[in-house]
Amino acid sequence: MLLEYFQMIDHVEELDPENGTILARADVPMESPVFEGHFPGSPLVPGVLLIETMAQASGFMLLSRMEFKKMPFLANVTGAKMRTFVEPGAVLMVKAKLEHDGSGFAKTRAQISADGKKICDSQIMFRIMPFPNETLKGNMLDRFSQISRSTAE
Amino acid sequence: MTTTFEAVAEIISETSDIPLEEITPEKNAFTDLGIDSLDFLDIAFAIDKHFGIKIPLEQWTEELNENNALVDEYFVLSKLCERIDEVIAAKDA
Repeated sequence: MLLEYFQMIDHVEELDPENGTILARADVPMESPVFEGHFPGSPLVPGVLLIETMAQASGFMLLSRMEFKKMPFLANVTGAKMRTFVEPGAVLMVKAKLEHDGSGFAKTRAQISADGKKICDSQIMFRIMPFPNETLKGNMLDRFSQISRSTAE
Repeated sequence: MTTTFEAVAEIISETSDIPLEEITPEKNAFTDLGIDSLDFLDIAFAIDKHFGIKIPLEQWTEELNENNALVDEYFVLSKLCERIDEVIAAKDA
């Protein structure tokens, strides 16, 4: 994870676009500028970044399912529960499952766990829209290739 | 048996916190009831789930954006329910 660059997902461990499931890994760094403010003297991953992590795992699953023809944008987070703290160095497993594949929108249920213990979970809705430009599409493809390639290695 | 309108009205009331009595067939979901596009995604999700369909929101949006249709044709509730019935009929055909 590069928290300050919003690069939350490190490896795609399992992906089944047809059934709408993904399992991804996110390694929390030991150091980050984020920890200087959250919190001074007691670093914790902010809950909003855990939500972002669940959204990104869901997003990569949706992108893969749509063969990168459209882009999912975060629209709604429902029932997000932060169950325990996440400290530097934690290894997070991020699961997401497609709950509904609508027309122009999609809804997933996602959760993060560490050492088998549930960290947080939420329902997440996305608007499905055309890519605003080819640059973003190319960057998303590159990033997906990076985190998927590391799975095979 | 619950009509399409009754089911849709209940969904709108629950998802958008609008009193059921204010939701009548001639109301436009956006201009009369104040529902925005984000709220409408929740409504579309609930409609899809309730009726076991996939309402073609993307197609409707394209038609609106291309000025091939008027907002009232899709989002006045009586019209919306007609469209939903069409989707249900197509699914069952």
